[in-house]
Amino acid sequence: MREHFIYPEFEVVRNDNRCIQCRVCERQCANEVHRFDTDLGLMISDETKCVNCQRCISLCPTRALKIVKSDCRLRENANWSDETIKEIYKQANSGGVLLSSMGNPKPLPVYWDKMLINASQVTNPPIDPLREPMETKVFLGKKPDKIRRDENGELITETAPQLELSMPVMFSAMSYGSISYNAHASLARAATELGICYNTGEGGLHEDFYIYGPNTIVQVASGRFGVHKNYLEAAAAVEIKMGQGAKPGIGGHLPGAKIVGDVSRTRMIPEGSDAISPAPHHDIYSIEDLRQLVFSLKEATEYKKPVIVKVAAVHNIAAIASGIARSGADIIAIDGFRGGTGAAPTRIRDNVGIPIELALAAVDQRLRDEGIRNNVSLIVGGSVRSAADVVKAVALGADAVYVATAALLALGCHLCRTCQSGKCNWGIATQNPELVKRLNPDIGSRRLVNLMDAWRHEIKELMGGMGINSIESLRGNRLMLRGVGLTAKELEILGISHAGE
Amino acid sequence: MSEYVIIGNGTAAVGCIEGIRSADSESSITVISAEEHHVYSRPLISYYLEGKTDLEKMKYRPEDFYTKNNVKLIYGKAVKCDSKKQFITLADKQKLHYDKLCLCTGSSPFVPPFEGLDKVKNKFSFMTLDDALALEKALDKKAKVLIVGAGLIGLKCAEGIAERVGSITVCDLADRVLSSILDSKCAAVMQKRLEEHGISFLLGDTAVRFEKDKAVMKSGKEVRFDILVLAVGVRAETELARQTDCEVNRGIVIDTSMKTSTDSIYAAGDCAEGYDSSIGANRVLAILPNAYMQGRCAGINMAGGSSVFDDAVPMNSIGFFGLHCATAGSYPEDGEVCEEQVCGGIRRLYIKDGRLYGYMLIGDVNRAGIYTSLVREQTVFNEEDIDKLKKFPTLAIFSYESRRKKLGGVV
Amino acid sequence: MKRVYVNEQWCLGCHLCEYNCAFANSGIDDMVKALKGKDIFPRVHIEDGEDGIHFAVSCRHCKDPMCVKSCIAGAISIEDGVVKIDRDKCVGCLTCVLVCPYGAVAPGPNGAAQKCELCLQNSCGAPACVTGCPNNAIVYEER
Repeated sequence: MREHFIYPEFEVVRNDNRCIQCRVCERQCANEVHRFDTDLGLMISDETKCVNCQRCISLCPTRALKIVKSDCRLRENANWSDETIKEIYKQANSGGVLLSSMGNPKPLPVYWDKMLINASQVTNPPIDPLREPMETKVFLGKKPDKIRRDENGELITETAPQLELSMPVMFSAMSYGSISYNAHASLARAATELGICYNTGEGGLHEDFYIYGPNTIVQVASGRFGVHKNYLEAAAAVEIKMGQGAKPGIGGHLPGAKIVGDVSRTRMIPEGSDAISPAPHHDIYSIEDLRQLVFSLKEATEYKKPVIVKVAAVHNIAAIASGIARSGADIIAIDGFRGGTGAAPTRIRDNVGIPIELALAAVDQRLRDEGIRNNVSLIVGGSVRSAADVVKAVALGADAVYVATAALLALGCHLCRTCQSGKCNWGIATQNPELVKRLNPDIGSRRLVNLMDAWRHEIKELMGGMGINSIESLRGNRLMLRGVGLTAKELEILGISHAGE
Repeated sequence: MSEYVIIGNGTAAVGCIEGIRSADSESSITVISAEEHHVYSRPLISYYLEGKTDLEKMKYRPEDFYTKNNVKLIYGKAVKCDSKKQFITLADKQKLHYDKLCLCTGSSPFVPPFEGLDKVKNKFSFMTLDDALALEKALDKKAKVLIVGAGLIGLKCAEGIAERVGSITVCDLADRVLSSILDSKCAAVMQKRLEEHGISFLLGDTAVRFEKDKAVMKSGKEVRFDILVLAVGVRAETELARQTDCEVNRGIVIDTSMKTSTDSIYAAGDCAEGYDSSIGANRVLAILPNAYMQGRCAGINMAGGSSVFDDAVPMNSIGFFGLHCATAGSYPEDGEVCEEQVCGGIRRLYIKDGRLYGYMLIGDVNRAGIYTSLVREQTVFNEEDIDKLKKFPTLAIFSYESRRKKLGGVV
Repeated sequence: MKRVYVNEQWCLGCHLCEYNCAFANSGIDDMVKALKGKDIFPRVHIEDGEDGIHFAVSCRHCKDPMCVKSCIAGAISIEDGVVKIDRDKCVGCLTCVLVCPYGAVAPGPNGAAQKCELCLQNSCGAPACVTGCPNNAIVYEER
C-alpha cells in the first residue's frame, strides 16, 4: 500500500546567489536534507526530511539558507485544521500511536503571562541590587514548626536535611539515554559551578559524573534503572518520580536500540533490551506505600539527604500533595502539563494534566490551610521560561523551580520536537557518537552558566523593584502579583487580585 | 674562541654557519667562495631563466646574512689543505688557519670525453648562476637546443628556456626521463607533459660525436643544434679532501655527525657521502634539503654541540610545466607496488613488510610529506592502515593518542 | 608562543574552518564575493578518516621546521616563532610539501606554497579557523 502523501511541513529556501557550496549544511544534517548534485553543480534539498532544527541555518557561513513553514495547506476549516487532518493521514498510514516530544504546544492559557509583578513606589522604596546585597539562596527541605531549645536554653539548630541552592532554579530530570553524555556533562558542570542541582532522571548516574554528586539529584522511578547504593549515596537528594508533566499516567519506553554501551551499563540493563518504565510503581498504591519507599531511601542514605517526590500536575493535585506532605517526603516537585520530554504519545502530551500555575497555587494554599506547609518545600516545573516566570512561581508559593526546556535551548536545542528520532543535530537528544560530539560540554556548560547568571541578575532586579532583598521573603507573597484578563474563578484559584484592584 | 673555516658558499655552507652560530656566537667564521656571488640557490637558475625569480630573489639568505652572522666572506679558490698544521691555502697564496674546517665544496658537472666537443662553440653546463647567465646570453627565439641528459638538471634547463628558444631536443642514454628518481611508468607521464610543451626526446640514445653544430648519435641519427647544454651528470668536488687523509669514495665520507675521517674536518652537501637511512649505507645524496641539514649538523658539532643527522633519505620535489612530482625513499623490487591513476597523474607506492619504502606521486602531491615522514621514520603499519595509506596520505593512520601527541604539542 | 591546536574529540568535520580560512586570507570583505564559484585554497584542512574521525590540520609552527631547512629558495623563515613563507621568493617547487610531516603546506592559487601564518598578516586579528569553529575544536593557545 502506497503511503498517503503528506506535503512537507517546511520548505528549505536556499539563496543560490549567496550559497558558496561549502556543503557544511550537507555534512551537518543528520536527516540528510541537503545534497550537492554534481551534475547540476548545485546544492539541492529534500524537504520531506526537514524537521526545521536549523542546524544548517546556524552553520551556513554566508546566510544562504532559511527554512520556512510551508504555505501549502490542506483544505482546512475551524474544526479540521491542517494539523488535525495530517494526523489522521499519518495514523491511517501507520496504524500507530502518534509520538512527539518536548512540551504541550497547544494554544492553552499560559498563566505566567496573565500575571503581573508589583514594584515599589514612594512609600516602600525599591532596592538597587547593584548597591545592596540581595539574597537568592534557598534551602529546600522540611522546616521546623517552632523554635526549640535544649535543657540549657540553647537554640536547637539541627534541622532535617536541606538542599542548599544559590538560586531557586534547578535543572530538571533528563535521563542519560534520553539525552546525551555531553548534555549531561554540561548540566552537571554548570550546576556545580552555579551552586545548584541537576537531576539524573531515571537513567542512572554515569560513573564519570559521580564527582558532581553534591550537585546531583538522583531519581528513583518506576523502572528503578541504575539504582544502587553508591548511586543514592553520591547524590545531594533523592527524587522519587511518580509522574511527569508531559505524560501523566503513563510510563516510559527507551527503545533497545538506544540501550548501548555506557547507557546500558549506567541503567544496569542488558544491551539492546528495551528500557520500559511502568506507568505505576508496582509497590505504590497508597500514601502509605509511598511512605515506605520514602523511608527506605532515607534509611539507605542514613537520613542525610532530602527525599523529593515528583508528581505531574493533575486534577486533584492539592489533595495528592497533601498526602505526599504527610508521607515523610521533604520536598514535593510538581510538573505542569507543558513539561517537556524526549518522547510522549501526542494525545497524552496535549490533553492530559493541568497548568502548573494553577496547581502550584492550589497546592500551596491547601498545605497552608492544613498547617503542613513547613513539612515540605515545593518545586515546580513545566515550562518555566524566564526569570519572570521564576519570580511569579516563587510569589505563588514555590520554593524553587525546575527548568529543562530552557536549559536545552541554552545547549543549542531549537525545539524541533523530534527528539524521539534520535537524530538530534545539536548533539542533545541522541546517542549517535557523531552527533553527540557536536555538543562540547565546555561550550554547553558555559552557556548554561551564562543563562543562569543572567536570570539571577534579573531575579534580583525584579526583587529589588518590589523592595524585597531576599527571595525567601517573596515566597508565597501573592500580593506581589496581579492578574490580567482572568476570570474570577481563575483569580480565586491563583489567590491573586486582578490588576487595578 | 675558535677559527672556523668553511670552504664553499652554498646551501651546506649556510647550514654550517647557522649551525655554528646556534652554539657559538663569538668565534670567527670565514667562508671561502669560489663564485663571486652572495649565497644563492643553485636550483633556482632554471626558474631565473623562466622568469619566475630574479637575481635579487634568488639570494638564499638576506643581503645582511654575512654581517649579521659575523662571517668573513672571501672570494677565492682554496687550492691546498694541510690537515696536519690545519692550514688552507688559497689560489692567491693567502693562508688561513682553521681550528675546525667544513668542506662544502659541492659538485661540478661531469663531461664525458665526447669526440669533437671542442669544435662546439655554443656549449654550456647548467650548474651555476654564471652558467645560467652565460646560457641566457646565447638564447635566441629561433635557436635549436640540444640538451644532453634527461635528468633533473637537463630537464629543468629545458623548462627554463622553453619559451625563449625555437626548439629543444633532449637526449639521454637511459630509456626514460628522470631515471634517477622515476620508474618507467611515472617517467612516461612526465615525459608526456614535457612533450606537450614542445620538447622532443631521444632516449636510449646518446651523442657519440660532435661537429660544430651537429651531434651524431649512437643510433646514427644526427641532431642539429645552435646551443648545446651538457647535463650528463655531476661529480662531488673532492679534490681538497684528497689532499688530506680524509676517506673519499664518490664523495667525502662522513659519519652521522658529519665528521670526516680526519680530525677537525667536516664535510656537508653535495661533496659529501653521508648515511642514507633508506639503504642503510653511505652515499652521495645531492639534494638541497640534505645539504642544509648536513651543513647545520656539521656546524653544531664544530661548535662543540652535539647533533646527529642519521635519517636522510633521497627525496625530490620537482615540477615541469605545472605537473608536479614528489618522490622519496627506496624502491625494493621484491615488494608490492600500489599504483593508482589520479586526475592527470599517477601515484605509485612501494610497500614491503608493512612499511612504505618509497613513493612516486605525479600530479597531486598534496600532503606528500606525510608519506615522506613514514619513509623516513620507517613506520610499520598493519594491513588496514596500509590500505588507508594507499588511498591518500593521511594522518588518520595513526592512533588517536599518537595523533594527539603529534598535533597537540610543540614540536 | 600561542599556536593553533585541534581538539580532535570535538572536531565535527564540518569544514567551516577551511572556508573561514580562505575568506580570511582573500583580502575581500564579503565571503560570497570572496569564495563563490571559486576553488578554495585554505591553509587549514580537515582530514576525514573512517569511523567518524575528523581533525583539522594546519601548520604546527615547529621549532625546528623541515620546511625551513628544505626550502630551495630560502623563502621560508621563522619570525618570532612563526614560520612564514615569502610568497614572492617562492618558486613553487613544493619541496616544503614534500617534507612537511603534517601535510600542512600546500600550493596556493598561483602555485606558490602557502600555509597557516596564524592570521597575523590579515585583518582577522585571531586565527579565523579558531574564531569560526562552532565546537571549540580548534583553539589558539599556549601549550
